[in-house]
Amino acid sequence: MEEAIVRAAVAIGAGLCMGFGALGPAIGEGIAVSKALEGMARQPESANILRTNMILGCAITESTGIYSLVISLILILFY
Amino acid sequence: MNGPKIYFQIGPVSITQTTVSSFFVMIVLCVLALFLGKGLKKRHGKRQVIVEKLVSMLYGLVEDTMGKHNSYWTPYIGALMMSSLFGSLIGMTGIFRSATADLSTTLTWALMTSVLVWACNIKQSGVRGWLKGFSEPIKVMLPMNIISEIAQPISMAFRHFGNIMGGSVLTSIVYTGLAGISTMVLGNLSRSPIAVPLILLAIGIIVFFVGIKKVKLSLKIIGSAVVILGVFSLLEMFDILSGVPILTLGLPGVLSLYFDIFSGCVQALVFSLLTMVYVGNACPPPESDSN
Repeated sequence: MEEAIVRAAVAIGAGLCMGFGALGPAIGEGIAVSKALEGMARQPESANILRTNMILGCAITESTGIYSLVISLILILFY
Repeated sequence: MNGPKIYFQIGPVSITQTTVSSFFVMIVLCVLALFLGKGLKKRHGKRQVIVEKLVSMLYGLVEDTMGKHNSYWTPYIGALMMSSLFGSLIGMTGIFRSATADLSTTLTWALMTSVLVWACNIKQSGVRGWLKGFSEPIKVMLPMNIISEIAQPISMAFRHFGNIMGGSVLTSIVYTGLAGISTMVLGNLSRSPIAVPLILLAIGIIVFFVGIKKVKLSLKIIGSAVVILGVFSLLEMFDILSGVPILTLGLPGVLSLYFDIFSGCVQALVFSLLTMVYVGNACPPPESDSN
């Protein structure tokens, strides 16, 4: 019986962890990309610099989402 | 979908998949470097022009990020970027597991960066200066600075590891799922009486011709799909091509295009950029000390 409870808890935990973990970076990256696009629209010749910085910034904000992904993977795969 | 397999043990050291692929990446990079680096002539051959362009781009990147005085870091940053890039891309070969899909690799690199930063600080302002630096603005900041000092390598390691590991896990999940569907569908079709695949084939051909006559692309696509399904179930019945998961349609390939190649390159760039920024902060320009 305990095994079933553990399995259920692991499943719910992993789902919540990934769900909430994806919330923050999604909003952050949305704002970052929209600001970068505004910058590109205002100054098309600076598009290259803005693009690389945008990609790097998104990769760095992605890291909190990736932490929750790693935690939920650990939860699912090893429990 | 689990950790790297341990092949064998040499005393306390265990040789895992990651060790093997890291060694393979090292050999590939050394051979590449030796081949590209030899026979440099005044009159540039085509190969030499490309190599010089890449190296000067790397020097430019390092000098922009770390300042002119720090350009002697370029070989280390280049080595880090190349081994991270090739370490992630090697998982695409199917034989090896990505070297960076293992926390021990990325955590080692992250700790190397931190050790470099501490070494530069200590060289710059001595051990006492380095320790005093922790309670920089005001005494209260001491715990915060220590936490941020610890969080730095951990965040770098987990970011790189999580991206590559998550990508490979998702790709393998999609692959096993589609392969299961394909064996299930084709298996049932091949066990059914001979008539079913033939009927399927007939329907497919009819739909295809109707599509051509009425020039409707969707009908043509559906018709050709049903024809292909019929043909493969016939083949499966006579065990010609059985066992090949046809219905995966190369979808895992497209997925790994994004996960392995794009995020592999981005992670290599991000990791080396952060290393440059951290080490660059720790080694300010020497002339600012003299005055």
